[in-house]
Parts: sequence; structure tokens; C-alpha cells
Amino acid sequence: MEQVVVNGLYLGAQYALIALGLTLIFSLMNVLNFAHGQMYVLGGFVTYTAVSQFGLPFIVGLLASGVALAAIGALVEKYLFRPVIRNSKREESTMLLAAGIAFFLDAIILLLFGEKQRGLPKIVDGVFNWDFIVVMPYDRILIGLLAIAMVAVFILFMQHSKTGRAMRALAQDKVAARLMGVDVDRYSMIGFALGAMLAGIVGGLLVTITGINLGMGGPTSINAFMMIMIGGAGVISGAIMGGFILGMMESVGLTLLASSGEITYLAIFASLMVFLAVRPQGLMGKPWG
Amino acid sequence: MSNKQRWAAVAFFLLVVLVVVPAAIAASGRVDLYYTLTAVALLSIASAGVWLTFYIGRINIGQGAYALVGGYVSALLITKGDISFWWTLPLAGMFCALLSVLIGLPILRLRGVYFAMVTLVLTEVSRLTALALPFTNGAKGITSIKLPAELNIFGLTIIPDFSTLANPKLGFYWMAAIMMVLTYAVLWRIVNSRLGHLCRSLQQNEELASSIGVNIAWLRVLAYAISSFFGGIAGASFVAISQSLYPSSFQITDSVNFMLNCFLGGLGFVFGPMLGTLLLYFGWDLLFATGRFQLLIYSSLMIALMLWLPNGVLSLMDRKGARS
Repeated sequence: MEQVVVNGLYLGAQYALIALGLTLIFSLMNVLNFAHGQMYVLGGFVTYTAVSQFGLPFIVGLLASGVALAAIGALVEKYLFRPVIRNSKREESTMLLAAGIAFFLDAIILLLFGEKQRGLPKIVDGVFNWDFIVVMPYDRILIGLLAIAMVAVFILFMQHSKTGRAMRALAQDKVAARLMGVDVDRYSMIGFALGAMLAGIVGGLLVTITGINLGMGGPTSINAFMMIMIGGAGVISGAIMGGFILGMMESVGLTLLASSGEITYLAIFASLMVFLAVRPQGLMGKPWG
Repeated sequence: MSNKQRWAAVAFFLLVVLVVVPAAIAASGRVDLYYTLTAVALLSIASAGVWLTFYIGRINIGQGAYALVGGYVSALLITKGDISFWWTLPLAGMFCALLSVLIGLPILRLRGVYFAMVTLVLTEVSRLTALALPFTNGAKGITSIKLPAELNIFGLTIIPDFSTLANPKLGFYWMAAIMMVLTYAVLWRIVNSRLGHLCRSLQQNEELASSIGVNIAWLRVLAYAISSFFGGIAGASFVAISQSLYPSSFQITDSVNFMLNCFLGGLGFVFGPMLGTLLLYFGWDLLFATGRFQLLIYSSLMIALMLWLPNGVLSLMDRKGARS
């Protein structure tokens, strides 16, 4: 039982970090970033390349992932999403653009890094063993703690910095924020870059544990969508809760129904549909996001 | 456009689709194009359904689910029930429509991304259900399904047995093309009717529509059921052509593609999804020659098109209209 909880927490911490980026982008721009999973994969590949090809320390690779993805996010917002949002009649048109970007990033990853599964050696050796009640490799604990620390830093940043305050104002009410002198374009760009950066950093963190491959992008996006649906789209606390809830559900489900992984996901998806039918705005969301 | 011009355009379109294209394919010897175009026609039927849900202001990423369900209904009826394909086709559509009423009643209360996400999850649910159910044969799928048999009414052969045809590919092409034309005729009729006006009112403001007496709950379920019917018959026809069906035959990628077809063609135009399907599917096929750069070029074109025409390709017609 304790093992299940610990596994759930570990999964949840990563999931929460992915969901945070997605929900930030959604709350600022009302864009559902289909390319989020691809950004995560790209982040993983950047860390992999920095560490294994150039022999840099892991932490530098992680920073490189964050910086690279932040740059990509900023460019994508400025040159792609902004003009399309301005010119299109229906907001949903950005979905086609986001899907196009997802395909584009997939193509880039395929051309630059190939389709092989890539992984890095463990950053710390050894296994934490508490009387065989909880068994957890040290590197997983480290990554889990790092993820939790990042979530904490992110929340502090959103709550207490000027940029964070501006972004929260934007998410609440775009017009009012503009009237108060918030530069909407600038903070949309920063927000998008920040969201992409979070995706990249999670990719970098996980490349040491699960490794990374081209096909992971799409399923990751869908998982992230589910998390923000559980918690309520566009709400920071909701994304964190959604991440931990999904992590816990997966951990519990895979233990109970170990024989068939498909049934676990079927149960998760079906219960999510029922939950959303009863409470459309998720746990913390405002109605109609 | 006057009535006469409209009929002329329809006649021209029919002539091109049913006569000129097959003749051109026969002349060029590119027999593989039959399959490509058949697929385009069938996919555009499913996309037409997605378009109709867009028309009531919902983003539907769940059409793959209904295509899969329709496919399984048809495949199971043919293999286990020994029923002719031609009867399973409407049955598959009806089954999907009924199912969509049950699913739609709760989820159609959602809007925006929430609805989009639930339908996306629905696609995944349908795939996993197909894997888990006892009679769908799991991941192995249903294979060697019979070709469509003869359809006769009172001894009069309307559609010959496909296995006796000299060129079943051409037969399938005609079948798909005629179904596509009928689907879009129905769609056009719906849009230009009282129902279409009511749907537009939903798209703009549901509360307002409701306050002036439009039964919004009934309307959105109706539109969703019609949409799913299209998905079901498209899925069932695909089964007839490929003669096999797996849980992975229609998955999230397909659902997303159905939606992209609508965006690309233009959400404001009945024939948008048809054009969008043609461009996306055919474009992907044409780029096959570029090898490993296929995805790169395809996605770059998609992004460029979006920047240039964010309201869909058919919005070019709008511009021309505005200038003159």
C-alpha cells in the first residue's frame, strides 16, 4: 500500500509539472497546446544530446533544455499564434495551428535525433529500501523531489513576482488587465515560453529514468489534457491536483489490475468522462474556463 | 447563385467525380489512386459529421470513436450474423446515432475545450473497449470480412456482388463517391433549413437561443446524432473496403484529422470539410516522394496555410466576394 502511494506521488510530481505548463498557456491565451507533448520530448532530447554527446554535466543539460524550449515557445507565440489569433474568426482555429506545430516538432525530432529510444545512465546509484515496504531507486526519489521543488518555485514565482502577477491578471480578465497597463503581448509571450520551458525540463528530468523516444509526444499531450480537465482548465492549483490524481490513479490501477494495463486506462478514462459530465469545470475550474 | 447555376454546378461536380476522374485514372494507369480517392471520399463523410458539430459550436474530436463503433457493428453483423453489407451500413449508422444520444445527453452540456477533451477521451475509450470486449477479438481484430454481396429488391439487381466485379476498386470508388455526394447534399439541406438557422443560433449564443424558445438540448443531441451517423457509415464502409478491422483502425490521430479537415477547409462553408480532407489526405500522399522530409514539408505547409488563411481555404471565396 505504502509503495503504491509513493509510486503515485512520484508519477504525480512529474505529471503536475507537465500539466502546469499546459494550463499556463491555456489560461493566458485560450490555446490548447497540442504540441506540448512534443515539446516535452524535444526537451528530453536536448538534455540527452548535451550530456551524452558533449559530455556536459546533467544539470547543465537540464538548463539547456529549459532555455532551448523557452526560446522555441517564445518564437512560436510571437510568429505563429499571435497572427493567427488576430486574424481568425473563430478562436478554435488555433487548434489546427497547434496540431501543425506538433507535427512540425515531430518532424524536427525525427530528422535531428532519429527514432531510437534514448536514455541516460542513472545520475545516482542505489535503491532506497524501507524494510521492503517501500522500495524506490534513489534517482527516482531525486527526480521526484526536483519536480516537486520546481512546482513550488513555479507557484512562488506566479504568486510573488511582478511577471507572475501580470500573468495571473491576464488569465483572470484580459480586458481589465490591459486597462491596468499590462502589456498583453509581452506577457503572453513570456507565459508561452514559460509553459514550453516547463515541458522541456520535465523531458530532461525523465530522460534519465524512462528514456525518451519520438512516439511519446502524442500520448503525453493527451495525458496532460486529462490532468488539466480533472483539475479545471486554466487553474494552476487544479493542474497540480490533476497531475497528482492521475498519477495516483495510474499507480493504484496498475497495482489492482496488474494483469491488464488496458483495463486500468479504460477505467480511468471512463471515470473521467463520468466525472466531467457531473462536474464540467473540473475540481477547481471556473465554469466554461 | 441562382437555382439554375446551382444545378449546373452540381451536375458538373457529379460528372467530374463519377465519370471524369475514373476515366482519367484508367487512362493514366495509376490504379492506386482509386484507393486514395475512395479513402478521401469516406473520410470526408466522417469530417462532414464533425463539421456539423462545429456548426452548433462544439469542437468534436471524437468522430474516430463512432467510426470505430460503426465499423465493429458492420463487421460483427457480416461475420457473425451473416447479414449483407448493404443492410449493415444503415444499421451501423443508426447504432452510432443511438449511442451518441446516450453519450451526448450528458456531455453536450460541456462547451469549448471541455467538450473537445471529453470527445478526445471518448476516442480512447472506444479503442480500449474494443480491445477489452469479449466478442471483438481483441487486438487481433476481425479479418477476412466478405466483400459486399449483391443487393436486390424484388429480384431486381441494384448493386451487383462486388466479388464478381471485374474491377472492385472502381466499384468501391463509385460507392464512396455517391455516398459522399449524398452526405453533402443532406448536410447542405440541413444548413439551409430551419434546423440550420437554429443551429447557427446555438453557435452564437446558447442562452439567448434558449431564451427565445429554442429547445437547445434537443437540437444539440439531434445534430450530434446526425454527426455520429455519418461517422458510423464512414467506418462501416471502410470495413467493407479493407475487409478487416482492428481496435487501432480509428484512433486519436484519426479523430484529430477529422477535425483538422474541417478547420483547413473552412468552418463557415458546407463543402469545407470535403476540400480539407482532399488537401490533407492527398497532400500527405503526394509528399510521400520526399521520403524522410515528408512530415517536415507537410507540417510546414499546414502552418503556412494557417498563417495565410486562418479561416480555412474556402475563405478565399469570401475575399473575392468582398472585392467585387
